[in-house]
Amino acid sequence: MKFGVVVFPGSNCDADCYHAVKNVLGVECDYLWHEDTDVAGYDAIILPGGFSYGDYLRTGAIARFSPIMAAVADFARAGGLVLGICNGFQILLEAGLLPGAMRRNVGLSFRCEFIHVRVENADTPFTGAYRPGQVLRLPIAHGEGNYYADPETLAALEAGGQVVLRYSEPDGRISEAANPNGSLHNIAALINKEGNVLGMMPHPERASEAILGSEDGRGIFTSMLRYLERRRGR
Amino acid sequence: MKKRWRSMGLTDEEYARILELLGREPNETELGMFAVMWSEHCGYKNSRPLLKLFPTQGPRVLQGPGENAGVVDIGDGQAVVFKMESHNHPSAIEPYQGAATGVGGIVRDIFAMGARPIACLDSLRFGDLKERRTVYLFSGVVAGIAGYGNAIGVPTVGGEAFFSPSYQGNPLVNVMCVGLLEGAPAKGAAAGVGNPVLLVGAKTGRDGIHGATFASEELGEASEERRPAVQVGDPFREKLLIEACLEALKTGYVVGIQDLGAAGITSSAVEMAGRAGTGMEIDISRVPRREPGMSPYEVMLSESQERMLLVVEKGREEEVKRIFSRWGLDATTIGRVTQDGVMRVWDGKTLAAEVPVRYLTEEVPTYVREGRVPEYLAAAQAFDWHTLPEPADYNEALLKLLASPNIASHEWIWRQYDHMVQTNTVILPGSDAAVLRVKGTSKGLALTCDGNGRYTYLDPYTGGMIAVAEAARNLAACGAEPLGLTDCLNFGNPEKPEVYWQLKQAIEGMAEACRSLGIPVVSGNVSLYNETEGRPIFPTPVVGMVGLLPNIERRAQQGFRGPGDVIVLLGSTEDELGGSEYLYALHGLELGRPPRLDLKKEARVQEACRTAIREGLLSSAHDLSDGGLVVALAESCLTGPNGPQGARVEIARAGLRRDSAYFSETQSRILISLPEENLPRLAAIAGRLGVPYSVLGRTGGERLEVDDAISLPVNELQRVWKEGLACYL
Repeated sequence: MKFGVVVFPGSNCDADCYHAVKNVLGVECDYLWHEDTDVAGYDAIILPGGFSYGDYLRTGAIARFSPIMAAVADFARAGGLVLGICNGFQILLEAGLLPGAMRRNVGLSFRCEFIHVRVENADTPFTGAYRPGQVLRLPIAHGEGNYYADPETLAALEAGGQVVLRYSEPDGRISEAANPNGSLHNIAALINKEGNVLGMMPHPERASEAILGSEDGRGIFTSMLRYLERRRGR
Repeated sequence: MKKRWRSMGLTDEEYARILELLGREPNETELGMFAVMWSEHCGYKNSRPLLKLFPTQGPRVLQGPGENAGVVDIGDGQAVVFKMESHNHPSAIEPYQGAATGVGGIVRDIFAMGARPIACLDSLRFGDLKERRTVYLFSGVVAGIAGYGNAIGVPTVGGEAFFSPSYQGNPLVNVMCVGLLEGAPAKGAAAGVGNPVLLVGAKTGRDGIHGATFASEELGEASEERRPAVQVGDPFREKLLIEACLEALKTGYVVGIQDLGAAGITSSAVEMAGRAGTGMEIDISRVPRREPGMSPYEVMLSESQERMLLVVEKGREEEVKRIFSRWGLDATTIGRVTQDGVMRVWDGKTLAAEVPVRYLTEEVPTYVREGRVPEYLAAAQAFDWHTLPEPADYNEALLKLLASPNIASHEWIWRQYDHMVQTNTVILPGSDAAVLRVKGTSKGLALTCDGNGRYTYLDPYTGGMIAVAEAARNLAACGAEPLGLTDCLNFGNPEKPEVYWQLKQAIEGMAEACRSLGIPVVSGNVSLYNETEGRPIFPTPVVGMVGLLPNIERRAQQGFRGPGDVIVLLGSTEDELGGSEYLYALHGLELGRPPRLDLKKEARVQEACRTAIREGLLSSAHDLSDGGLVVALAESCLTGPNGPQGARVEIARAGLRRDSAYFSETQSRILISLPEENLPRLAAIAGRLGVPYSVLGRTGGERLEVDDAISLPVNELQRVWKEGLACYL
């Protein structure tokens, strides 16, 4: 099993994702350079957080034109697992691999803190290790996590079970107060219709070891691994 | 002819000395080079003789002051690299960019040593938040630190913020950066005659010309016109520069490296040649520019950000350039190292400047000035707070203190900083010190910064001592032993005898505390001329300290962990409300004699706390500072890792007035909590070290109850404490 973590100029969670996959999970992992045009041989690709191209113009707006993104799109079309975290999620939106867009946080400030999310769909390759309705304590760190989509798109996302994580109270209630950024429907993570591309604003790689205050994020990676192993075994 | 040197910050005597050294009149470019290199900011002409008082040696010190940053060994072939720097003047007129470029500059100092930057801390001083301009400056500075630090992926893990009318118009923005080094530190020396000199990173523009000179003068009405002296940062390019420089250093072909900070190419080239005892020849026509038509003077003095100067092994330029090109950065050979000790600047075929390096470094005039005790001091110290009435209602008194922006939760600040990136932050902001793990080892690093300008104003010597002692106490309260410190000395105009006296006293106090506690000073920065309209700020030495935890599993944080623990005070309380936050928050007074400090006792208290943590006895430990014992109790109630926690305590007053027993800021005290069964072992440690301690009560319930004087629901404390700062913003 082999994961790849894409390094865009300005990525800054690339090393954290690499550490989580390689050292915490014990799975083979490589960095992929933004100018690469081939991702053959990888089972899963992570677009990490950070400020690709300085977030200039718009978050993710320049990174989507990186040579590697064409390869990532092909990889996704062929059914490969793609996980976009934070800036990675923003890039997936800009690249059209997920629907909708991000706006600046309500309140206009960058927010870094632990929040809670409720698992809305535990039947995906990224959340299979969780129980439906399970509440996770995960960190966020972003200035633009205020998800927007038009009403039809939102309705379709909800109907299709594509909302995977939602900001919630510690007890799982969904409330305005639990929403750190104004995201519509408290959306914290989305999956594509085909179920192999996930974008999430919280950082699972920052919550994969007890010493960091939460291990709730590790399930994202173990879910992927389990799914891939099962798929390979089939 | 006009006395043009004056507008560059040189005195007539200094200009005469330049004429004497050169034996001729300097041209415009040369004069500019002298002006910046002889400024306080680059040349330390007022502070250098005083800085010699600091102890800088220690068994772990690999690099003391003099390089880009200090380096201290932490075993396993690893070292920590750290330094603190001020960006006060730029932030006073352009808060966002002033603070942002402050972060950029100090981060470059760290990776210039070959270390990966792993954390930043910021120490902020602002005026009264009721003033709209303070709110503008403060929120701009926090946004600037966040905007830059977050983008480069270096977590901002701690710091402090303090508000007093003294800083109105002249805020202090001190940023500390810490790096982790594997192997030997890089050098900032232009060694090897004939080696090429490369300018890498951003292009050079007209921004920030004479920033160093601006930093070395008082702020006044005309300061607004200095806005063009403030640089504009590009954190994206800085992130690329970090990666490219660290990669280039790994090749082994980089002989010397230094960032371009204050005074741009001039200071970097001159300092690098100065350290190696060589000369340098550069051709500024080769410098990549942002705009055409720049004069040699402008190119030499530009403070455009995100640039570094590299001296590379001859014949290896192309390998090094390829790395920068891969990261999308310029790398241009602009000169070479020479033998003759002269800094020679060509503009194509025209000689633009020719000055022996030594004149710009060793010949910087130094001034040992006469100090004078300030007039305000005697009356301020003589103030007797016993003449003030006791609070009628102690619940109200405590709530007022918790609502003071100096004590209230600073979450509004650090929530805007990415404090978790790099996944090392084990104790997050909001405790006495931040703790980072060192991946792949059992070690932890504890980081803090501290400094009380109010104490230093009321007694500079004691204030200096306390800045060091309290930073060390912050580290002890999480179980770490201090490795070394960096400092930022923020003072007024040293040409005023009263300010010079404050500076000298504070340095002497700091030096005594360093010697007594065994903590070397490994790097630092001096920021003088912090005055507006002729009124100096509180003299404010800020200490940044790094400590080591050999086993990170044995650490403590400040919040009560859960119900049923015994609450104990290490140390004892004296009748010391002078200079306290209590006097300020309740009476609006910044007067009296600050608390005394017994360094021997301080060392024993710290040792007792550290030992107890390392033996795994404690549930929490919290250094007592602003607001004293009862404020510390409230803070421990509010910051528990498992949520807010009540407590019930009895405080023996031993003849003290109740307000003094509760809010005195007596030093050398740490509030701890522990399971009752550990109490005998704690008593043994305290007994062995001769540390007085008292059992105050227990954690539990949903109220904080102190004697029969205070009884408040924890959630009310929390509401007031959380709103205290945020309500102004």
